[in-house]
Amino acid sequence: MSTNNERYGLLIDYDFCTGCHTCETACKVEHKLTHGQWGIKLSQDGPRKLENGRYEFTYVPIPTSLCDLCEDLVKAGKFPTCVAHCQADVMSYGLVKDLAKKMAAKPKMVLFAPK
Amino acid sequence: MAYEISEYYQKHKGESQWQDGEYTCTRTTMWTGPGCHNGCGVVYYTKNGKVEKVEGDPYNPFNLGKLCMRCLNYVEAASSPERLKWPLKRVGERGENKWERISWDEAYDLIVKEVRRIQSKYGPESIVAMEGTGRNVIWQVPYLCYAGFGSPNFTLGFLSGESCSMPRLVTEAVIQGDFSFGDYSAHFPDRYDNPTWKVPGVILIWGQNAIISNPDSSLGHWIVECMKRGSKLIVVDPMLTWLAAKADYWLQVRPGTDAALAMAMNDVIIKEDLYDHDFVEKWTVGFDEFAERVATMPAERAAEITWVPKDIIEGAARLFAKADGAATTWGVSVDMAVAGVSAAHAITGLWSITGNLDKPGGQSIIQYAYDLGMAYDYGLEILSEEVKAKRIGNELPLKQTGYGATAHSDTLLKQIENGGNPYPIKMFWFQSTNPIANMGAEAPRIYKAIKSTEFNVVVDLFMTPTAVACADLVLPCAMSSERWSNRNWWMPLAGIRKVAEYEEAKSDEQLILELGKRLNPEMFPWKDDKEWNDWIIKEQGSKAGITYDQLNDMIYSYDHFEYYRYEKGLLRRDGLPGFNTLSGKVELKIGLFESWGLDPLPWYQEPPESPYSTPELFKKYPLILTTGHRSWEFFHSEHRQLKLNREFHPDPLIKINPETAAKYGIKEGDWVWVENYRGRFKQKVKFEELHPLVVNAEHGWWFPEMEGAEPTLFGVFDSNSNNLTTMCQNGPTGYGAPYKNQLCKIYKVTEENSKILPSEQVTKLGGFNYVYK
Repeated sequence: MSTNNERYGLLIDYDFCTGCHTCETACKVEHKLTHGQWGIKLSQDGPRKLENGRYEFTYVPIPTSLCDLCEDLVKAGKFPTCVAHCQADVMSYGLVKDLAKKMAAKPKMVLFAPK
Repeated sequence: MAYEISEYYQKHKGESQWQDGEYTCTRTTMWTGPGCHNGCGVVYYTKNGKVEKVEGDPYNPFNLGKLCMRCLNYVEAASSPERLKWPLKRVGERGENKWERISWDEAYDLIVKEVRRIQSKYGPESIVAMEGTGRNVIWQVPYLCYAGFGSPNFTLGFLSGESCSMPRLVTEAVIQGDFSFGDYSAHFPDRYDNPTWKVPGVILIWGQNAIISNPDSSLGHWIVECMKRGSKLIVVDPMLTWLAAKADYWLQVRPGTDAALAMAMNDVIIKEDLYDHDFVEKWTVGFDEFAERVATMPAERAAEITWVPKDIIEGAARLFAKADGAATTWGVSVDMAVAGVSAAHAITGLWSITGNLDKPGGQSIIQYAYDLGMAYDYGLEILSEEVKAKRIGNELPLKQTGYGATAHSDTLLKQIENGGNPYPIKMFWFQSTNPIANMGAEAPRIYKAIKSTEFNVVVDLFMTPTAVACADLVLPCAMSSERWSNRNWWMPLAGIRKVAEYEEAKSDEQLILELGKRLNPEMFPWKDDKEWNDWIIKEQGSKAGITYDQLNDMIYSYDHFEYYRYEKGLLRRDGLPGFNTLSGKVELKIGLFESWGLDPLPWYQEPPESPYSTPELFKKYPLILTTGHRSWEFFHSEHRQLKLNREFHPDPLIKINPETAAKYGIKEGDWVWVENYRGRFKQKVKFEELHPLVVNAEHGWWFPEMEGAEPTLFGVFDSNSNNLTTMCQNGPTGYGAPYKNQLCKIYKVTEENSKILPSEQVTKLGGFNYVYK
């Protein structure tokens, strides 16, 4: 078990996640996951009308227990495939402590440290 | 570069090919097939002549390393056991799906024999060549048609009113002389970091779910990058998309009424004096007449027509006019109405009168990189004037004067149905088009037409419903990684490199070249597909000053781009300042239309069938059917074979407002019949935020997992929204057709009402019981 200082995670800016399924697909292809198996799974809230007349329509991809933060790709000097291909470019990979600093600077971010 | 790049790719910067363990890695461009309109940069990982993995190329400024699910799942498509592997000749009757394997030589011999027979007996014009969307067959198939068959009848797969891009492109051509796109920094290799680029203050997204759709010029997610940098959104869409939910103004328009909405927005801007006086005075003609015309559509009146509240129309118009840079992205919804050209005219007016044309963060005037724009007219000059005049629909002034090289699909259909007057149609060549599954409005009528000829050839990736229904010969086509090609639409100019092989499949270029050499060797002098590409890059794109091999090593090449070219004399051939139109100005009143006796100003016309134009029919069919919304998983009728894509999206979906569903006793997940007097189809209900009187059905559905032989025919008519759309109801220019604004009713699918499915009805029982108007 690594110490917290060495832990890596995924920072997701869900303000701009468009729900394009790229992370899910990239993960399934990279890890050769079969039907019904997911390393990261999109969740959706809305669309729902708010009292101020605007809409809530939010997607957040959630890493599952199968997520290994693309260990092999990272060893080869690449980013996890969901991060590399995210079309809205809302995913970052890094040390949790570094990501937490980025997170402090902008609302609507979520930090996952799957392992 | 605006995006982070991993160590691995930093290490391989500047390399077009390298070795990674047992893999060869190649940086190149992915286009089609299968795919979409875009040309994203990819890295192929190949082993033993097969692609085993695809990654986005982070050094390609177009997609900056990002890929969508279709490219990420490319390996499943390319290695699908269902792909066509070698030429197949029909045995048994058309529709029986019985084939025998033959060699390419036998296939070519058969085609040459039939072409010669038809040419001498009926004339070359009796041969019609068609493709689906204009992607990586945009110049190859037209060239085969003109130079190989000697026919002027190249057309799109029974696309009614040419209602995909053509109405918008033609309108832009006559008004401002060039095409234009929302400025998301696409023309710069350094993209968002380019110092002359400015983030649009507002982005108007009209009739397109841009992040899912694939316009010819832009990736929808560029808009998301602009949103991060502060762009506000105005979205015109009957459905609440993710973009609409994030917009400052969502204009929930009634399908088919876009022209009225755009006229009213112009009127608000002019009445409130929010237009750019300087630009209008110096660079436009016909402003007063234009203003007078749009004044006939005040916001109150438009609100009644479009169902968009007056204050929203006004608010959106003000936000657009006052923005520091307003960019517009528009989709086929603009084209898909009889008033399509007029809607395009009025929307062009919005960016013109606000001075947003050719300025940073506004509407970029796009020309092909290095003037290399191969398109539907490639090779047309080979034909004599006499043959050209025989082009179907040539009487339309836009065709005669060179605005649009295609033969007119609706006129073609009528010509077949009227028994071949002025001449019979005897052969169809379908390359990458599946009209009865997708493009042809009134699919059952198209089915009859494609069966009526003497000889048909289908070139495709998979056996399709169109092929089973009518082909005498089916030829296997190579996919994107298996072809030497190039992408020369807009920017950048890009190489497409062959890194793999699949059985006996041949690229579009290769098979057209080999066939062309047998039909008319003089016009097909190139040794092979690579040499043809080299000729194109060196001769047609001589301004780039490179060879095809060099292009492939460079991956892509950006031409110089700058703003305000109309001020500098960089848009016109004569080098004078102004726009590339007859008057040199933006023609708000279109001079060419006037000279052809067409209305030179924007106008509004109700869809041919609507609550207002056909109130009696509306009583019987009380819902408005819109169709054609894109999904992440599929491109038109493609990708239905792929397990992964189908896991995300197993069934065709019709989107309905929950209130409406409740009214008809329908739950989410129920299958419903969607019906009008032309026919019916079934899809599964999904709840969405739509106007209660509007339902939104998917297009392009067929089921490769079902029986291919008739009467099932892969279930192609069972869920086909084109059972309800119509051919031959075009706007006055011949462009524009009501694909997205029909009437329908819905009711739950039961065992009782499903004894005869539409596919059987069409293929075996003579079709739905109604008479074509």
